[in-house]
Amino acid sequence: MANQLLARASVGKPAIIVAAVLAVLILGMIVACVVIICRRSADARRKTKKFIAKFFLYLFLSVMALVVLFPFYWMLISSLKTVSEYELAVPTFWPKTFKWDNFALAFTGNLHLGRLFLNTVIVGVVSTILSLIITVLSAYAFAKMEFKGKNILFGAMLATMMIPGELFTVTNYITVSQMKWTGNGLGGMGGWLALIVPFLVSVFYIYLLRQNFMQIPNELYLAAKVDGTSDLKYLWRVMIPLSSPTLISITILKMMGAWNSYIWPNLVARDLNHRLVTVGLRGEAFFDEILNKTNMPAQMAAVVLVTIPLLIVFLIFRKYIVRGVSRSGIKG
Amino acid sequence: MDEEKILTEEPEEPVPEEAAAEAESALNEALNEEEAPAPELTEREKRRAARKAEKEHRNLVSPKKKNQWKAWLYLLPALAILAVFTVWPIINTVRISFLEDYNFLTQKGGEVSFAVNFNNFSNVVHYRGFLTCMGNTMLLTVITVPVSTMLALLIAVGLNSIKWLKKVFQTIFFLPYVTNAIAIGMVFKAMFEIIGPVNSPNSVGIINTIIKAFGGNAVNWVNEGSSYWANMAVLMFFIVWNALPFKILVLLGGLQNVNKQYYDAAKVDGTSRFRVFWRITVPLLSPMIAYVVITGFIGGFKEYTSIIGIFDESLMGPPGSIGKPLNTMVGYIYGTINNNQGRASAAALILFAVIFVVTMINLYVSKKKVHY
Repeated sequence: MANQLLARASVGKPAIIVAAVLAVLILGMIVACVVIICRRSADARRKTKKFIAKFFLYLFLSVMALVVLFPFYWMLISSLKTVSEYELAVPTFWPKTFKWDNFALAFTGNLHLGRLFLNTVIVGVVSTILSLIITVLSAYAFAKMEFKGKNILFGAMLATMMIPGELFTVTNYITVSQMKWTGNGLGGMGGWLALIVPFLVSVFYIYLLRQNFMQIPNELYLAAKVDGTSDLKYLWRVMIPLSSPTLISITILKMMGAWNSYIWPNLVARDLNHRLVTVGLRGEAFFDEILNKTNMPAQMAAVVLVTIPLLIVFLIFRKYIVRGVSRSGIKG
Repeated sequence: MDEEKILTEEPEEPVPEEAAAEAESALNEALNEEEAPAPELTEREKRRAARKAEKEHRNLVSPKKKNQWKAWLYLLPALAILAVFTVWPIINTVRISFLEDYNFLTQKGGEVSFAVNFNNFSNVVHYRGFLTCMGNTMLLTVITVPVSTMLALLIAVGLNSIKWLKKVFQTIFFLPYVTNAIAIGMVFKAMFEIIGPVNSPNSVGIINTIIKAFGGNAVNWVNEGSSYWANMAVLMFFIVWNALPFKILVLLGGLQNVNKQYYDAAKVDGTSRFRVFWRITVPLLSPMIAYVVITGFIGGFKEYTSIIGIFDESLMGPPGSIGKPLNTMVGYIYGTINNNQGRASAAALILFAVIFVVTMINLYVSKKKVHY
C-alpha cells in the first residue's frame, strides 16, 4: 500500500529507499511465515491460521502506529524545507536541501523563542519546587497527624476536584487583576505571581502522596522518635526518600503542565517578559512581510523546538510519567 | 500503649509522669485558688491556670492531640492558597452569576451596582452563539468519545496479545500524550491546509495528496470557505488522535490484571476470538471502560485548546468565517471573561451543571452495565 502510494506521488530517491525498506520488511515476514509452517508440519494448519491472525494484528498496530507517528514525521521534515519546497504541488517526503536556518529564525525572529523558553523554565521550576513543598507538608499532615476535622477537610478538598476549572478561572481572573498581578503589575513581579500562585496546590497530588505516605509503617516513626529525631527531619530523611517515585512523577507532570499551559497564561500574561512558549507559538510571529504569508517551515521549526524536549523527557522518565498519568486522568 | 509513651519522650514534650504531676498541681492550685482566692492572682490568671491544667490532662489521655496546632501549621500554605483560589471562587462565581452583566472594571470605576436577577443565565441560554457552542461541544463529545474508546480498546487488546515489539508499540502509542495540544494542532493544520488556491500548481497539502493517490478528490479542509463538516472532521480526527494514549494506557493496565483462567477456559471450549472479545474481555474490562468513557465525556465538554491549535482563536473557525462557527462552551466562557464576568460565571455554572448531569447519567448507566 505504502509502495504504491509513494510511487504515485513520484517523489525523489529517499522515498524509494523508504519504500524498498518497507517491501523488504513485508517480504521478510512472508518468508518467516513459510519457515514456521514448514518446521512444524504436524499442526501446520492451526499454526498458519494463528500466524495469519498475528499478521493482521501486527498490520493493524503498524497502521495505527503510522497514523500516530505521521504528524511528528511531517513536522520534522517540514521544519527543514525551504519555503518553495514546502509549497511544491507534489509534497516531498524528505527535504531536498536541509534548511537549518529555520531553527535559527525561530530564535532570532519575532517569536523570541529564547526568552519564551526562559520564562517557561522559570515558571515551571519555581512552581514545581513550591508546589512540592506544599504538597509534602499537607500530605504528611493528612497521612500521619491527628487533628479535629481531618476527614471532613480531606473530603471537602477531594470534592473540589469535581468542579471544572473554568468555574474558578472567572473569579481568579478578577482576583488576579485586582491585585495588579497581570502582566507587568507590581514592578514586573505581578505576571510571575499570576502564573505561579493560583496553581500551587493540587488536591490530586496531595491525595496521591498521602496514599504513599500512609503505606510507610508507623514503626519507622516511633523508631525515629526514640532516637530523638524531630518531625521535620524525619519527613526529610525518611518519608521523602521512601516516596521519591511519586515525587518524581509529580515533578515531571507539573513541569509538563507549565510547558503546555495556554488558557490561563494567555489571559493574564501576554507581555513578552512573562509570555510562555505556547502563548507565543500561537501568535503571528512568523508572518513574512516580503512573502505576505506565514513562513510555515520556520513555524514548524518552532513547533519542533517546543515538542522535542517533551519527547526526550518522556523517553527518559517514561516509567514515572505513565505511573502518574494512569492514576490521574488529568492532562498536565 | 508503651510505645506511645516513648513517642512523647521528645525534648519539648514533658514526660507523662511529670505532666501528670504538673497537671495535678496546676489543677489543685486552680481549685485551691477558687476556694481561697489569693489577692495577688487576677481572675484571668486563674482561668489560664485552669485551662492549662485541663490541656495537660487531655494530652495525658491522648498524646497525639498535642500535635493539633502542628498539623494545621503544616496545612497552612495549602489551605491559604485553596481559600483564595478555590473556595472564594466557588462562592464568588455563584454570587456574580446573579449580578446582571457584572464587570469588575466598571464596578471599580464608580458606584455602579448591578441588578440581582437571573438575566445572566437567560441571556446566555437565549444567545444564539451559545447554542452553537453547546451543539459543537455535544457533537464533538458524542462522536469522539465512542470512536476513541473503541479504537483504544482494539489497540489495547492487540498490544496485550503480542510480545514482540510490544514495548516499542506501547511507547509510540503514548507519544501524543506528551505533546503540546496547540503545537501539534498547528502541525495538523499544516497537514490539512491547501497552500494557494485549489488546482493551482501549489501544494494541496499532504492529506489531500494521499487522498488523491488513492483516487479521491482534494477536499477543502480548513481553508477559507471550507464547510462546517470538513472542519469538524479535522477536529475530530485530531481529538481522537490526542485522546488515544490515555485510554490505551488505562485499558491495557486493566487487561494485564484480568485473570488468565477465563481465557484458558474459553480456549478449552473452542470459543471464537470475536466471542471471547465480547463475552470475556469487554465485561471484565467494563470498570476501566466506564472510567475512560466518563473522563472522556468530562474532557470532551471542556474541549477548547485543540480548536485553537488548528483554527484562529479570535475566529474559532476557518479564515473569513463570522460568528465563531466552531466555538465550544469553554470557548464561550473565555470569550466573555474580559468584558462580562457575570455572563461568564453563568456560563461556567451551566457548564458545571451539564458535566454534572452527564457524569451522573454515565455513572447510572455504568452501574447497570458494569460487571464488577
